[in-house]
Amino acid sequence: MYTQSLSIPDGEARGPKKVENPAYQAEFDAKIAAGGFIEAKDWMPEAYRKTLIRQISQHAHSEIVGMLPEGNWITRAPSLKRKAILLAKVQDEGGHGLYLYAAAETLGVSRDELYEALLSGKAKYSSIFNYPTLNWADIGVIGWLVDGAAIMNQIPLCKCSYGPYSRAMVRICKEESFHQRQGYDLLLAMMRGTPEQRDMVQDAVNRWWWPSIMMFGPHDKDSVHTETTRWGIKRISNDDLRQKFVDATVKQAEVLGVSLPDPDLKWNAERGHYDFGAIDWDEFWNVVQGHGQCNVDRLAARVKAWEDGAWVREAALEHARKRAVREKDAA
Amino acid sequence: MTQRNTAAPGHIEYVLRLGDNALILGQRLSEWCGHAPVLEEDMALANTALDLIGQARLLLTHAGRLEGRGRDEDQLAFLRGERDYRNLTLAELPNEDFGRTVVRNFLFAAFQVPLYQRLTASSDAELAAVAAKSLKEARYHLSHAGEWVIRLGDGTDVSHDKAQAALDYLWPYTAEFFAANPIDDAVSAAGIGPAWHNLEADWEAAVVPVLVEATLTVPARTPFASYGKFGRHSEHMGHLLATMQTMQRTYPGAQW
Ligand SMILES: [Fe+2]
Ligand SMILES: [Fe+2]
Ligand SMILES: [Fe+2]
Repeated sequence: MYTQSLSIPDGEARGPKKVENPAYQAEFDAKIAAGGFIEAKDWMPEAYRKTLIRQISQHAHSEIVGMLPEGNWITRAPSLKRKAILLAKVQDEGGHGLYLYAAAETLGVSRDELYEALLSGKAKYSSIFNYPTLNWADIGVIGWLVDGAAIMNQIPLCKCSYGPYSRAMVRICKEESFHQRQGYDLLLAMMRGTPEQRDMVQDAVNRWWWPSIMMFGPHDKDSVHTETTRWGIKRISNDDLRQKFVDATVKQAEVLGVSLPDPDLKWNAERGHYDFGAIDWDEFWNVVQGHGQCNVDRLAARVKAWEDGAWVREAALEHARKRAVREKDAA
Repeated sequence: MTQRNTAAPGHIEYVLRLGDNALILGQRLSEWCGHAPVLEEDMALANTALDLIGQARLLLTHAGRLEGRGRDEDQLAFLRGERDYRNLTLAELPNEDFGRTVVRNFLFAAFQVPLYQRLTASSDAELAAVAAKSLKEARYHLSHAGEWVIRLGDGTDVSHDKAQAALDYLWPYTAEFFAANPIDDAVSAAGIGPAWHNLEADWEAAVVPVLVEATLTVPARTPFASYGKFGRHSEHMGHLLATMQTMQRTYPGAQW
């Protein structure tokens, strides 16, 4: 319930024991090696705990910041059916945020602390949400490509070594595949429509294709994942996931009747995969470092919501306090 | 294919009032997405909006069938002129802040609950079925919004004042709920649904105890009157429609 988000951080009181201990370490290593799950009450190395908090909270932040670009179109959805689908989708994304914050809380941090890190700009969220939604087809393309890329990234996490995270991901992945199908269905309907509608779809695909490909992160040769791989958090490499996504998406684009904005995209019979062009990593890092079109606006929207809502959260706490006093007096 | 219009006098208009209430308040609430005070309320407001849009779809589809001119839910939702919308003015007012939003939801759900309750016995079987399904949703909205009215009213001094200001602002618009009119008379005579002025006692019985618990002052009735359900809206309605209708107006005839 809402009170959870109003809880006061109590750092040391919750969460796993923080002592480093060779015997515990050996037990932990054995469990990971056997493909078992680490649970909240189990001992874990401090670096493992910190890595998980960072990854899970970034994911949670992405879910809730991701409500903004889609929320941009709810009031203008072109039919009641599409409006209802979009409302249900953003509600799901909020729910994903909740499960993930709850999973992070099992590691001994509070949602409020994590949230403060987001609002102060210290914590990251997925860069994809720093791109603007400019026409209605963007809503379909986000479902198809962005939720699609998220699923590719997240399915391996359903088997990650931290139990609460892996269980949250199982639930989330089911809903994300539903979003992907709905997004694709929206685009199919537009492609069956007028030339203007088809142009909107192509325009949206042109703008979202490369950012979606970038969602898998830097090339394997440029990224360090040795620890997360050893710990059973990351199970498949960025480039392998990206390739899988491209291979699956090219066929879907053909069925849809849109072109993907990459002249170098072609089937490589020898590799059994599609080759694709060079990724503009300058753009990727620019957006990560805060210079995307919407970075400032997205964060400002979250900060404003949080500040405007302060009196409401204070009222809820004060009411709960008054009620507790009354109940105590009555007893 | 058009059916013959066999609806009783006032029947279509009455169903449009129900459908437009749900549509317009659902549209307003959907503006909250991503901007609520806590994540749980972001989801609750989106969920309430979703329930209302779902009710609007069923009710407008039904109104279109009764009318028999082949208009579907989207043609009714997006392609009418402002004067043809029949929602209560209260539904179209801007959200302003979380306080006004939950007080409005509370006042409105407290009206929807007894209304849907009576409608479950409607001589219009389709309407009765929609009411039965929607009643559960309205009851949930009422209890959720009521809890917030109590928290805000009996919270801090700041929240108390904001909740009271919201109540004072919204209260005059609730007189419109109960303004008697020939449509209600005809529809209630035909056993289709209650005349809304007969719901006032039930509404007050739901509203007043919560306001008292919230330590809020129940405003007195004033001569103020609003006329949204008769098709004369506030200045806010045109802006809401401009946003909501934009795609259907810009791309006539397109399927989505
Ligand atoms: Fe996600
Ligand atoms: Fe999600
Ligand atoms: Fe999603």
